[in-house]
Amino acid sequence: MNGFVKGLRDGIPIALGYLAVSFSFGILGVKYGLSVGETVIISMTNLTSAGQFAGVGIIAAGGSYIEMFISQLVINLRYSLMSISLSQKVDKDFGTPARLALGFAVTDEIFAVASGQKEEVSKKYFLGLATLPYFGWAVGTLLGGLSHNLLPQRICTALGVALYGMFVAIVVPAVKKARSVAVVAAVAAVLSCLLYWQPWLDISSGFSVIICAVAASAVGAAVFPVAEEERS
Amino acid sequence: MKGNYLIYIAVMALTTYAVRALPFTAFAGKIKNRFFKSFLYYVPYAVLTAMTLPAILYSTGNIISAAVGLAIAVVLSIMEKDLMTVALFSCIGVYLAEWLI
Repeated sequence: MNGFVKGLRDGIPIALGYLAVSFSFGILGVKYGLSVGETVIISMTNLTSAGQFAGVGIIAAGGSYIEMFISQLVINLRYSLMSISLSQKVDKDFGTPARLALGFAVTDEIFAVASGQKEEVSKKYFLGLATLPYFGWAVGTLLGGLSHNLLPQRICTALGVALYGMFVAIVVPAVKKARSVAVVAAVAAVLSCLLYWQPWLDISSGFSVIICAVAASAVGAAVFPVAEEERS
Repeated sequence: MKGNYLIYIAVMALTTYAVRALPFTAFAGKIKNRFFKSFLYYVPYAVLTAMTLPAILYSTGNIISAAVGLAIAVVLSIMEKDLMTVALFSCIGVYLAEWLI
């Protein structure tokens, strides 16, 4: 199958999940006093969930630009980890211009699906994969901004779990196949729960993901180094 | 005030773009170091697990319906159903659970 078309198809569930999440972002942006247009521009230029939710909070509170910069850096730094991982997964034709352009679209979900591919990722596939989620994210924001009650609350709530369902569907089969991945996932899960439920420090979710992912992956790399042929 | 909004949005967009695109572009060659290669091999699973747990339990506003969604996702994933199927059925499970509660 054509890489672009396969990417488009793989992007459908992401786009549906994004519709729901960005819908709630649209509502929030308007509630915080931004215009519908400004809220949509944020979605079209950022394409990130946690960062945008935190960002409009800072705008509403009249925070400083420095505060905005630091919050975005901390919340979104996990993308750097994903981008480095993805940089090793793409094929030879994925050159610098394509990386600079498509690097914009490294989201949690797009990264998840791209890295779940058996073969190397081509720029056509990646472009296809990113297309529908991008428009889903923008359209959902627009609809949320325009209407506070377009979808019944219960459907919005149910759609909120869609993205996590996708994550589970990527991790569990890999856990079944390799004990090393099972150990890495278990370390990440336990650490993440401990950080979430510990009462002493206020750690942002973005930063927590970085700590857990670095620690669990380092444990995996130390205890179960990957054989040369498995990566190629 | 409108100018301020645009600066805020520019700061957000540029910071978010930079943390994604720069590492993606900078690590153009294949990494040779075995530890780092292994580390990167495990990153996706570690990242996704850390993002899912325990956050999924708080994603619906009701820990029971969320647990139903998680359980359905895990069972269908063990059966190796595709992403769309898993996501859809865990949504339906949450919807029904919310309706029953």
